[in-house]
Amino acid sequence: MLGLSGYEISLITSMGIAVIFALSLNLITGFCGQISLGHAAFYGIGAYTSAMLTKAGMPFGVGLLGAVIVAGLIGIFIGIASLRVRHDFLAITTMGVGFLFIGIMRQWDLVGGEMGVSSIPGSGLGKSGFMFLVLGFGVLTVLFSLHLKRSWMGYAFDAIADDEDTARVVGLNVSHYKLAAFAMGTALAGLAGALYAHNVRFIDPESFGFVESITVLSMVVIGGIGSVFGVVFAAAVLSVLPLWIQFIDEYKLLLYGGLLFAMMRFSPGGLAGLVKQILRHISSRKSLQKLSGGTKI
Amino acid sequence: MLYVELLAQGLVQGSIYALVAVGLTLVYGLLRILHVAHAGLFTLGGYIGVLVTNATGSLLLALVVSMLVVGLLGMAIYRLCYQPILDKPPYVALIASIGLFIAMEEIYRIAFGPYGISYQNPPLQDVVYIFGITLRLGEVAVGVGTLVLIGALALFSTKTRFGTVWRATVTDPKMAESFGVDIIKVRYLNFFIGSALAAVAGVMVALLNNLVEPTMGSVPSYKALAIIVLGGLGDVRGTLIAALALGVIEAYGTIYLGNYLDRDAIAFAFLILVLMVRPQGLLGRA
Repeated sequence: MLGLSGYEISLITSMGIAVIFALSLNLITGFCGQISLGHAAFYGIGAYTSAMLTKAGMPFGVGLLGAVIVAGLIGIFIGIASLRVRHDFLAITTMGVGFLFIGIMRQWDLVGGEMGVSSIPGSGLGKSGFMFLVLGFGVLTVLFSLHLKRSWMGYAFDAIADDEDTARVVGLNVSHYKLAAFAMGTALAGLAGALYAHNVRFIDPESFGFVESITVLSMVVIGGIGSVFGVVFAAAVLSVLPLWIQFIDEYKLLLYGGLLFAMMRFSPGGLAGLVKQILRHISSRKSLQKLSGGTKI
Repeated sequence: MLYVELLAQGLVQGSIYALVAVGLTLVYGLLRILHVAHAGLFTLGGYIGVLVTNATGSLLLALVVSMLVVGLLGMAIYRLCYQPILDKPPYVALIASIGLFIAMEEIYRIAFGPYGISYQNPPLQDVVYIFGITLRLGEVAVGVGTLVLIGALALFSTKTRFGTVWRATVTDPKMAESFGVDIIKVRYLNFFIGSALAAVAGVMVALLNNLVEPTMGSVPSYKALAIIVLGGLGDVRGTLIAALALGVIEAYGTIYLGNYLDRDAIAFAFLILVLMVRPQGLLGRA
């Protein structure tokens, strides 16, 4: 179909899953300005939920739905608890949630402990069918993000990300909006996690550790915090780059770390901010040219 | 005797946490930055400690060299990495710092190999008996060394003029500046002392485990963040108490809760519990 090799299909599939996962964090960190350093926990909750449900004989669709619901519910629960603390406290608390999650998973025999869960049932759609499903979910997530950004809620998120106290003063119910962002973001992460589980068919606690949380954060940050297309681009590129070029896999973390640092140090707006700067530069040159009567400057 | 032994182990571990976390909390008090890359300096301290000891045979010399080099590098990190982005939103410095930390770990892996390095003749391995429990000389050195260093730091910050200026600046940087304090100088000093303490912790951990690996900073890095949050962010006294408390809680916790949670999870469960009750940290004011 479409003349894609099995390898290319699996590349596109993991790309699509990374895009959904990155956009889910973008709802919380990008739109609403709440830094999460433990987002992989919710990815993991989705993966484990769907894996256990389908292994118990439930159909694939129920697994996905269950993953979304469980991840979202735990997200709300943790949101209620942790959104009481702000800024740096929140970043550390979410990091703690991430460590707590893998700590529990490692010791919980029902879900395989350190060994993880293997021979997870496939989607039953075939490799290319699954790819189209992932891409479909990916497109829906992009459309949802774009819609949300331009909605009343999106503006409220923006106000909270910008200055929480001012948002509260003008009458926004800040904690409700934060919780809404957290619920949607964690539920979507659950979906991405479930898709991941049925794609690789094997999960263990280490697949959802701190490195994964940082990887997804780096996708959001390098793409440009809050920018939907920037994040999609960064997630797509950063997820397949190591698979594509074996050389990079060895230095994957050095590349991520270096990029994260360089991005923040030199262009905190990420790729999206960089593009904006360049566009502004070009348009200001054009208007200067107009002013000076078309002569080159 | 198990209780006493666990307490002693907890305090030794807590001392190491304290040495790492004090530098972190000082940076936070001054600049409001969560300096994750601090743990990268801790690891480097360990590497320099082992390399210099193996080359010269003197642990003391290694300690001094390690403190100097790492202290200076800490100052360089402030100058090159943080100073240009201080006016950006707080997450910018946090993420930059995480990126820097990951890159540092990878550089150690590439430079010194993935399996780490050890002392050729590990020093201070003899066993001593104190209060009926057995301790390695290295463990005693960690406890005593921490006590001496923190004591010296306390003396410096309360009894000298520069120390007073330093404390004033950490408590309220803007106010101190308006009183004519050269705030840049204080920041350099701050990074030097904090990083040098982390280097000491690195050398000591290398001694206790007889191993320095590229990732040895990971766990202390996250734990130290948890500790300074527990301590109330920027509060040195709170940080010291939280560090020792966490060391002891982990020691007992691994015995009694080990079947349900591993060591790191216990630390973070404790953190989350405390924050739920006191969102401003153990000693912090609301």
